[in-house]
Amino acid sequence: MLHLILVFSPALGALLAGLFGRRLGDRGAQLVTCGLMVVSATCSVIGLFLYLGDPAFKVPVLRWVDVGGLEVDWALRVDTLSTVMMFVVSFVSCFIHIYSIGYMAHDPSVPRFMSYLSLFTFMMLMLVTSDNLLQLYFGWEGVGVASYLLIGFWYTRPSACAAAIKAFIVNRVGDFGLALGVALCFLLFDSIQYDVIFTEAGAHAGKTVTVFGITADALTLVALLLFVGAMGKSAQLGLHTWLPDAMEGPTPVSALIHAATMVTAGVFLVARFSPVYELAPTALAVVTVVGASTAFFAATVGLTQFDIKRVIAYSTCSQLGYMFFACGVGAYAAGIFHLMTHAFFKALLFLGAGSVIHAMSDEQDMRRMGGLADKIKITWAMMWIGTLALVGFPGTAGFFSKDAILEAAWASHNAFHLYAFWLGLLAAVLTAFYSGRLMFMTFYGEPRADHHVMEHVHESPPVMTVPLGVLALGALFAGWLGKGMLDAEGAWWGGAILTGPDNHVLHAMHEVPFLVKLAPTLAMATGLGLSWLFYVKSPDLPERTVAALRPLHTFLFNKWYFDELYDRLFVRPALALGRIFWQGGDVGIIDRFGPDGVARTALAGGARTVQLQTGYLYHYAFAMLIGVVLLVGLYLFLLGG
Amino acid sequence: MSDWPLLSLTTFLPLVGVAFILFVRGEEAIVAQNARAVALWTALATFVLSLMIWANFDPVQGGYQLVEQASWLEPLGIRYHMGVDGISLWLVLLSTLLTVVVVVGSWFSVEQRVKEYMITFLIMDTLMVGTFCALDIVLFYIFFEGILIPMYLIIGIWGGPRRIYSAFKFFLYTLAGSVLFLVAIVVMVREAGTTSIPELTRHDFPVAMQTWLWLALFASFAVKVPMWPLHTWLPDAHVEAPTAGSVLLAGVLLKLGGYGFLRFSLPMLPEASAFFAPLVFALSIVAIVYTSLVALVQTDMKKLIAYSSVAHMGIVTIGCFTANALGLTGAIVQMLSHGLVSAALFMVVGVVYDRIHSREIAAYGGLAERMPVYATLFMLFMLASVGLPGTSGFVGEILVIVGIFAITPESPAIPASGSLVALLAATGMVLGAAYMLWLYRRVVFGALEKSALAGIKDLRANEVLAFAPLVLLVLLMGIYPSFFTDPMAASVDRVLAEIGATGPGRLALQLR
Repeated sequence: MLHLILVFSPALGALLAGLFGRRLGDRGAQLVTCGLMVVSATCSVIGLFLYLGDPAFKVPVLRWVDVGGLEVDWALRVDTLSTVMMFVVSFVSCFIHIYSIGYMAHDPSVPRFMSYLSLFTFMMLMLVTSDNLLQLYFGWEGVGVASYLLIGFWYTRPSACAAAIKAFIVNRVGDFGLALGVALCFLLFDSIQYDVIFTEAGAHAGKTVTVFGITADALTLVALLLFVGAMGKSAQLGLHTWLPDAMEGPTPVSALIHAATMVTAGVFLVARFSPVYELAPTALAVVTVVGASTAFFAATVGLTQFDIKRVIAYSTCSQLGYMFFACGVGAYAAGIFHLMTHAFFKALLFLGAGSVIHAMSDEQDMRRMGGLADKIKITWAMMWIGTLALVGFPGTAGFFSKDAILEAAWASHNAFHLYAFWLGLLAAVLTAFYSGRLMFMTFYGEPRADHHVMEHVHESPPVMTVPLGVLALGALFAGWLGKGMLDAEGAWWGGAILTGPDNHVLHAMHEVPFLVKLAPTLAMATGLGLSWLFYVKSPDLPERTVAALRPLHTFLFNKWYFDELYDRLFVRPALALGRIFWQGGDVGIIDRFGPDGVARTALAGGARTVQLQTGYLYHYAFAMLIGVVLLVGLYLFLLGG
Repeated sequence: MSDWPLLSLTTFLPLVGVAFILFVRGEEAIVAQNARAVALWTALATFVLSLMIWANFDPVQGGYQLVEQASWLEPLGIRYHMGVDGISLWLVLLSTLLTVVVVVGSWFSVEQRVKEYMITFLIMDTLMVGTFCALDIVLFYIFFEGILIPMYLIIGIWGGPRRIYSAFKFFLYTLAGSVLFLVAIVVMVREAGTTSIPELTRHDFPVAMQTWLWLALFASFAVKVPMWPLHTWLPDAHVEAPTAGSVLLAGVLLKLGGYGFLRFSLPMLPEASAFFAPLVFALSIVAIVYTSLVALVQTDMKKLIAYSSVAHMGIVTIGCFTANALGLTGAIVQMLSHGLVSAALFMVVGVVYDRIHSREIAAYGGLAERMPVYATLFMLFMLASVGLPGTSGFVGEILVIVGIFAITPESPAIPASGSLVALLAATGMVLGAAYMLWLYRRVVFGALEKSALAGIKDLRANEVLAFAPLVLLVLLMGIYPSFFTDPMAASVDRVLAEIGATGPGRLALQLR
């Protein structure tokens, strides 16, 4: 019952605000959705106390599909992993709902916004509580649609519409892999229920299967197909292009969807399928390489961006890379731990950025900010907390989780563990640098905005700053509270995350050399120090550096040219092919030699053509009728004779 | 109630309405008003009767139910033989429901020859229901081909400026198919000595003969579906047809092809079906990829949706020829879903066409501002068309993909690897999202800048009423598809048994 209320109250909120938004009014819609979110978040906290470490159980809701051996229910799976995820989703979402009351106060379509937010939360909860792949898929695509609606919330802006479509379609590419993964699971296990798959995965270890014309290890193939889905949703290298553009949406959306919850779904999926991944070392190697590469790639791009939200977006992309390579090296617990701490500090950073944007009359370009520290003190302090947690300052949430990931990478036996370690360490330096850059450019130095804007700078109302405060508490203390997740015996998870008999990463990570333990902190100090040098001590350094490294800067500033590449590789050829098929294939060949050709041959002679084309259709219908009658007659004659 | 001839009543009740409308006389406005009213009540009564069929249908049985037999052309062995199973049941309901929907939906939009218009649609109702109920192959043929006549009239009389060209194209394509179908019927009946569909199904046709019969049937059904490359009549027919015509064309007429495969090709000619399955898969994949790409560059809303229909029906044909329970059920669900969703999408286009008189995508933009209800409904059907889980579009698609994936190269009869077919068919997921979202973005999103749209009104009450059942069913089929698939199960198993029970290569197709 607890879980039904937890999951379905956001759905109720979305329905009420969506269908009766006009009758409820702005205030009514806010109260309904926020009230139901508070209910949901309360349930999630209660769940944390009641069910952590318990074995998995299932809350059935409704039968869904039962066809030809494919039996799937709507049901909620409750175990430690889903309890943690429900808490993160529901709790963070609740405060983002409240923050939105203030942030969206002047928007003309408040009920629509609140309805979308609640819809998103419901879909995300369905995703994390799924007990089979089909329901996962439902939540998976559901959050995709909610994100599409929210990115395109300001639908009159062409850039918002383009970003919304891009997000949906790039995610669909991932979903394409996921759908095939579902099909392959059914082929292998005759079921897409998690418990069946997890129990029987061991029996399928080492078996091969022939699909798509290739013969490969069955579990590796399952793991890789699911990972394609995870890459799309979690914006990993190759399918990441939608995430920075998604910043077109209102800032609370960026905080909720593009930092705290939806983009972590991929990590959740890999952790959820740990019983399968543990048996597929090749897939784990791929996860490690992709994750580490993304962590590094996104951090390099983050160095050069000027839009405050885009910097944080690339940072998110990079941190997701950390979570993935944590899973890749077998430390799923560290990945989920980072997922949780990241949800707090990244949501905090986004909402803080929102508060800055709010104060600066909707300015997002850091080149036109500066000198805000004294004017918006609360926001400034909150942003510092978020930044320190992100860069892994000792004692903050990020310190615990990021250290754990890097130590695990060092200690693992995965073929690519050192690749992940070194790139992760390098990315940690870059993270500290761009984070410091963001803070210094925004809050320090001389104001670079014109005086109209500067006169209007004001601190946000309590409805916005209180959620910031709560998330800041999370960013400071979630690390202490969640440390238990890294328990070397895995008992904390109550079997929700499975590690193979040869996987001792969680043990080994405590026995790494002292220098490895110290490395992340050194990296952080280096990055922060450099950014201080560049943006406070000698502010002409950035320009000199850019001038010296012009080609590299251009390459990074243009995000490694992924968008341009995809446009040339996919978008333009698809449109060109469409035109060729239409005008060349349909009109030029099929019609020309098909019906039109037949017509021309049959109707030789211009006069008759004209006559026919201006004639009544009745004539054709009548001719057809006569034809049918004649043929039936012929048949009767043949049969009778 | 159950001993009433429900099927015949449902089939021929619309003709009673036609008779009433024929007797309506007087001033034109009053005639129009009365014709509408009579048509509405007749269509509603027919729909209620079809619900009675559903109520009296026993979902546990896989055979034909509510069977009616009467002597008709007795010396030739042709009987009046009607019956439904779990497959045709839903198609009958779809037909009667969509007839109600189009009568309500075109309440205000049709002003010329209202009397004839309503008569034509009621006749369509009779012919559609008759086709799905007929259990005698000659009776089936008469209904099946007869439908084309009212459809020609609808396009030709109430259609757009290029209606003659479109109707002619439609005519040429379907004529070729019809003739071959008829020849096939003659051969089959001579060979088996019966015109009864269940008996023909039980008859073992020689394998060599099956090949030719299969190709002849294929010519007819592939045009109806339509399968690539026999699809070019569809965009033209849709563009010229009035909204209601498009609704029935996409909603019901395209299903005749899929139904034909399930009722004739597969169970009667199983060996040939197994032999030609790779061909069907190949053509379906081409249909999905090719027409999706073509849909991407369309500038006319109706053409875009017409091309998307070809792609969606590609999933149906793949599902039919998987010849396993998942694929077959998926194909039927996809047919029903497409019947609802594409019908709704053509109505969505019709709504703005009635107001602005343009089908050009470029003529629109920013409708969300003035038409929030419209924008919401369009969004829902757009997402259903894209196959979002929770809507009807998803269930059929995923069942077919999982079903075809199960066909492995170990099965001797099918050289193609099913997973490869699944992989290629699933590309439609991405392309489908691209063209539908882009369409929506250009029509509904954006700023409302065009002066012609400044005064555009949101949906009228009758339009909301016409959409309402479609919304409910699309969601019901997405959230609780068992409601639809449970009554199908026994019949699908029967068809599978029919496919597998005859001939030497019997197990070729039956894999799971």
